[in-house]
Amino acid sequence: MGCTKNMNRKTLAAAFPVTVPVLMGYLAIGMAFGLMLQSIGYGVVWAFFMSLTIYAGSGQYLGVSLLATGASLPQVAFLTLMVNFRHLVYGLSLLEKFRGMGPRKLYMIFSLTDETYALLSSAKAPEGVDEHDFYFTVALLDHSYWILGSVLGSLVGAALGFDTTGVDFAMTALFLVIAVGQWKAAGSHLPVLLGGAATLVSLLLVGEENMLLPALGIIVLALTLLRPHLEGTSVRKNEKKQEVAS
Amino acid sequence: MTLTTGQAIASIAVMSVVTFLTRAMPFILFDRGGRPPEIVLFLGRVLPPAVIAMLIVYCMKGISFATPAGWVPALLASGTAVLLHLWKGNDLLSIFGATVLYMVLVQGVFG
Repeated sequence: MGCTKNMNRKTLAAAFPVTVPVLMGYLAIGMAFGLMLQSIGYGVVWAFFMSLTIYAGSGQYLGVSLLATGASLPQVAFLTLMVNFRHLVYGLSLLEKFRGMGPRKLYMIFSLTDETYALLSSAKAPEGVDEHDFYFTVALLDHSYWILGSVLGSLVGAALGFDTTGVDFAMTALFLVIAVGQWKAAGSHLPVLLGGAATLVSLLLVGEENMLLPALGIIVLALTLLRPHLEGTSVRKNEKKQEVAS
Repeated sequence: MTLTTGQAIASIAVMSVVTFLTRAMPFILFDRGGRPPEIVLFLGRVLPPAVIAMLIVYCMKGISFATPAGWVPALLASGTAVLLHLWKGNDLLSIFGATVLYMVLVQGVFG
């Protein structure tokens, strides 16, 4: 028992400093979520359970507008899938790292947010700390910051009762920030421009209600057709990266 | 609140399950070893930026050009988010700066 406790403390001491940037980020973005949720009439218990069971920044921001508009379950499922689309690829680069983690692997997959993904792909467990314990502790800490942030936001919103009109812009801002990061890292800007243009066309053709599915169809089709051209640009970028790394 | 408690719980459950499934998909499909098909790797690389652009347009769908109040706040706040992010590269600063500006604009200036 005592030995396990020491090991845990050591792991915690190694993992905590790595997660401090996420602590700051999740407290803030989580608080904005709590405020948004409070502003549509869902209090702290809802904030707690959404952050406990969904655990996705942009997904939960979207969730607020889905609850507010009373979206149907198929709509909820489709939009959640869209907003989490980028998560489909995260696992690809973590298959090796999570191998052999046993039942904890399920939690690792559940808790694979943008930020935890970023930490896990770059951070290394220090000497003498089991790397699987380290990954698990990082994931657990990040999740608890997120829950704490949303609960705080909800409580602050309820206590102050200030006018939160416009706080939902946080979701747009979050996507813009992700897009700027992707723009800088991308080998080709064609995918992002195509995504924007296709959605705009779809909005004008079929309207607000059903715009996303046709937009996604056009995007996948166009990207697949443009693959020979795009493979060239992204391969070049990858080769450059590998040269730098080696 | 437009939904009943039961409906809200069902919505949250759907969000939770779909989010988990998107995260689990690579592990379900490719954890047996072996390399995913090239087309999957290709789409995995090029789809995320396109989908984010799609979601940005989706967020902006409520914009109306009938009055300045319908589009100026969103334009200024979006520009602020992008410029702040290019300048400082700090997620929090960009998101909060833009959101606070947007709230001030829609509540105060154009309210």
